[in-house]
Amino acid sequence: MAPLVEIRQLAKSYRRGDQVVPVLDDITLNIQTGDFTALMGPSGSGKSTLLNLIAGIDKPDSGILRVAGLDITKLSEAELADWRAAHVGFIFQFYNLLPVLTAFENVELPLLLTSLSRKERRERAELTLSMVNLADRMDHTPAELSGGQQQRVAIARAIVTDPTLIVADEPTGDLDRNSAAEVLALLNQLNKELGKTIIMVTHDAISAQQARAVIHLDKGRLLDAGS
Amino acid sequence: MKIPLSYILRNLWARRLTSALTAAGLALVVFVFATVLMLDEGLKNTLVSTGEYDNAVIIRRAADTEVQSGVEREQATVATTHPAIAYGQDGQPLVSKETVVLISLNKRDSEKPSNVIIRGVSQTGLALRPQVKLVSGRMFRPGSSEIIAGDSIARRFSGTGIGETLRFGQRDWTVVGTFDAGKSGFDSEVWGDADQLMQAFRRQAFSSIIVRLNDSQRFAAFKQDIESDPRLTLEAKREREFYADQSKALSTFISILGMTLSLIFSIGAMIGAMVTMYAAVANRVTEIGTMRALGFKRRSILTAFLMESLALSLAGGMVGLVIASFMQFLSFSTTNFQSFSELAFGFTLNSAIAFKSLLFALVMGLIGGLLPAFRAARMKIVDSLRAA
Amino acid sequence: MYALKLIFKNTLRHKLRTSLTLFGLMVAILSFGLLQTVINVWYAGAEAASSTRLITRNAISLVFTLPLSYESKIRSVEGVTAVAYANWFGGVYQEPKNFFPQLAISGRKYLDLYPEFVLDEHQMRAFELDRKGCVVGRKLARQYGFKLGDIIPIKGTIYPGQWEFVVRGIYDGRQASTDTTQLFFHWDYLNETMLKTMPRRANQIGIYFVKIDNADNAAAISRSIDSQFHNSLAETLTETEKAFQLGFVSMSDAIILAIRIVSFVVVVIIMAVMANTMAMSARERLSEYATLKVLGFGPGFLATLIFGESILLALMGAGLGIALLFPVAKAFSAKMGTFFPAFEIAPQIMAQQIGAALAVGIIAAILPTLRSMHVNIVEGLRSAGT
Repeated sequence: MAPLVEIRQLAKSYRRGDQVVPVLDDITLNIQTGDFTALMGPSGSGKSTLLNLIAGIDKPDSGILRVAGLDITKLSEAELADWRAAHVGFIFQFYNLLPVLTAFENVELPLLLTSLSRKERRERAELTLSMVNLADRMDHTPAELSGGQQQRVAIARAIVTDPTLIVADEPTGDLDRNSAAEVLALLNQLNKELGKTIIMVTHDAISAQQARAVIHLDKGRLLDAGS
Repeated sequence: MKIPLSYILRNLWARRLTSALTAAGLALVVFVFATVLMLDEGLKNTLVSTGEYDNAVIIRRAADTEVQSGVEREQATVATTHPAIAYGQDGQPLVSKETVVLISLNKRDSEKPSNVIIRGVSQTGLALRPQVKLVSGRMFRPGSSEIIAGDSIARRFSGTGIGETLRFGQRDWTVVGTFDAGKSGFDSEVWGDADQLMQAFRRQAFSSIIVRLNDSQRFAAFKQDIESDPRLTLEAKREREFYADQSKALSTFISILGMTLSLIFSIGAMIGAMVTMYAAVANRVTEIGTMRALGFKRRSILTAFLMESLALSLAGGMVGLVIASFMQFLSFSTTNFQSFSELAFGFTLNSAIAFKSLLFALVMGLIGGLLPAFRAARMKIVDSLRAA
Repeated sequence: MYALKLIFKNTLRHKLRTSLTLFGLMVAILSFGLLQTVINVWYAGAEAASSTRLITRNAISLVFTLPLSYESKIRSVEGVTAVAYANWFGGVYQEPKNFFPQLAISGRKYLDLYPEFVLDEHQMRAFELDRKGCVVGRKLARQYGFKLGDIIPIKGTIYPGQWEFVVRGIYDGRQASTDTTQLFFHWDYLNETMLKTMPRRANQIGIYFVKIDNADNAAAISRSIDSQFHNSLAETLTETEKAFQLGFVSMSDAIILAIRIVSFVVVVIIMAVMANTMAMSARERLSEYATLKVLGFGPGFLATLIFGESILLALMGAGLGIALLFPVAKAFSAKMGTFFPAFEIAPQIMAQQIGAALAVGIIAAILPTLRSMHVNIVEGLRSAGT
């Protein structure tokens, strides 16, 4: 079966002032549908950058990056936006919920980019929120939710469009031990029961243990290619 | 547009103080803008209602105002035999030979002087101005030293209320009534018997002659005849035009001053809007990145921030307009530069002015919000997410 | 002083925001100054008035004249040292918008009463000798290119007909604020024409100008003069030149009030903008203020920082606004021509501008200062990036 994510000789560098800083160098790897992969590495290893490239919010300098058969490096900005809306679910370290929207509205947000009717959007959002056990807090704003609850809302938002791929950048980085465990269990559930493909960046070994495969990066290069 | 309106409005509410201050600045500017337009409109209204379309004013050639003009008796007689002049029910021609002078009166509140028009009219003079109605007291008796005062004057100048007396021309003149001239220029005048006033001022010549034409279309021919007659050194104008011309300088002054000020103020308000929106963008950098990551396009972001700016300016504009509408309760009175006499007029609000004011507000919001909105849209996703 | 250094660096933080605010301040302070200058123009006549000059006019209004025969009677009143007279001519030069004052004066006697008008003696003599001669002010001459010997055609409105005057002299003002937009010609020339064409209007004077020995006697002498003509056909009203000029000002007092209000409004608008800017800056730096508190700095220090920044910005904006006022007012005055006779930016106006700027700076900083002085340290530290 063809891998969901195919990466060949991917490279990326950033410009800082007049210096060119290489961040990723010659990355080649595959991720299969249904995988739960952790990207690990010390600070500055390029793991977040790799995640960003896979999720289509940044473009590589060179190399091939195919997701579900589509070479996303060839897409224009507008096409990438549409692609992300349909195919990627994001989970951020600091939740990145919109503070002026309620939990329900935050989860509904990505659905506004689809052609679903209002009723359909409402049903989907409510369903997803009950999946993360926050149906009773639907009308609360982020300020009224704990860190763990906010992250669960963010997860709901990430899956509400039923994306091809879920990417998470240090999802437990800002949480206490218990909330972190809840979040990881939830991710696990999504992967095992719903078959979601998850790529997670983390520097925490305990979180990485929840994943079924771990990829190590250091100084922009892979240390191994799969578990 | 995919980003919901509620998101936009709630962001404004979340930063209430800033939004309120910016909207307040915009409201003030719109207030000034609307007020100036209303003042000019009020002045125009006053002029339009001063004068009948069918009336013509005859004055000495090259005189701009009745005060400057002098029409000799013989010439008056010649001019008023013209066939275009209508006849009244009493079989007499509808002609009023009038004398117009300025007297210096003191304002009631400040004791400061200002020039007020005193017009000596004939009985026909009243018939020629149907918009003038007595509101208290009675008409002056012909041949007496009685006078009536326009509303605006009676309220504001000492000695011009009912029962009060003015002294000039070695006589005492008693105010026996006040009149409402339908917000026209006559509201700022005092009227008396033409003959009595001419005697008091030792005048031999009239200031002007007001006539009613039996057919308004005949005015052009009438004007031609009067002005080309070798016996006469007179000119004729439609009454309305005559008064409109007299206030051109004042009207122009108000418009130019007002518009210049509004323009200058708008710069201040637009800067306020710009500063606010730049800060809004800076504060929501992560949000913007998040929405872009979710798949919202640059254009949606641009539109969302522009809408925020427009919503602010619309709110400010409406507040400014509402406050400006209260100006309609005030009246404005100043010396008309050309006629050198008091003229009272009000602030008039109409739908065109309301529309222009709101449009002005929206334009300010658009210009002020454009650059910040572009900045929001042009952000790179990774940069904005990293700023968390 | 460390606070000063911090204040200065803080203003450089958000260059865009700072420059936008400065620009707004500059425009506001400039407009404020310009409006005040315009108001001063109205009062220019009253400011230039001499305390030893009285004006005698017909008691009814300026529209009525006084007989020539009054001259000797006024001259004979105790305390009066000289009498001159003039009629307002009010004609049109080419077109009505080319307005400038034209007065028919009693020759040299009038000009002697006005030492602020400086006229070369040769030109004065030439004027006296030519009955159709006229003397024009420097600003007027410059605007229309009048030179000695030119013939100026004027269409009369009050005194009908086509009139022509020959420029025999150009006068300068002793001060920048003196009105040099006037045209003076001989009253005698006006009168002899009236005697021929409209004899009833001959020998009539518009205004008498009365020079007195002692300013303290002004009120008493005025009453004396008026009592001479009490109960006559043409009663007089005599007042100091200043009162006379202020009478003109009060005719437009509604407009002047409106302009004053508007100049106040412009300051309020910029105050709102400044307050906004300061509020935003303060909110963004809440975690910094909390940190300063942790280190041991007191609320007074925080207040100094915020007020300092606000006042510094305000004064910088004011400086720009004041500096620009000079060229802008000059351009405005040139554009308005003879409608703007006196051009002078009184130091008083600059003081007002600075005052307005300070008010803006101080008031705008009040709310943000209060907020930050009382910030809870822990909450403040957590609000990094909010």
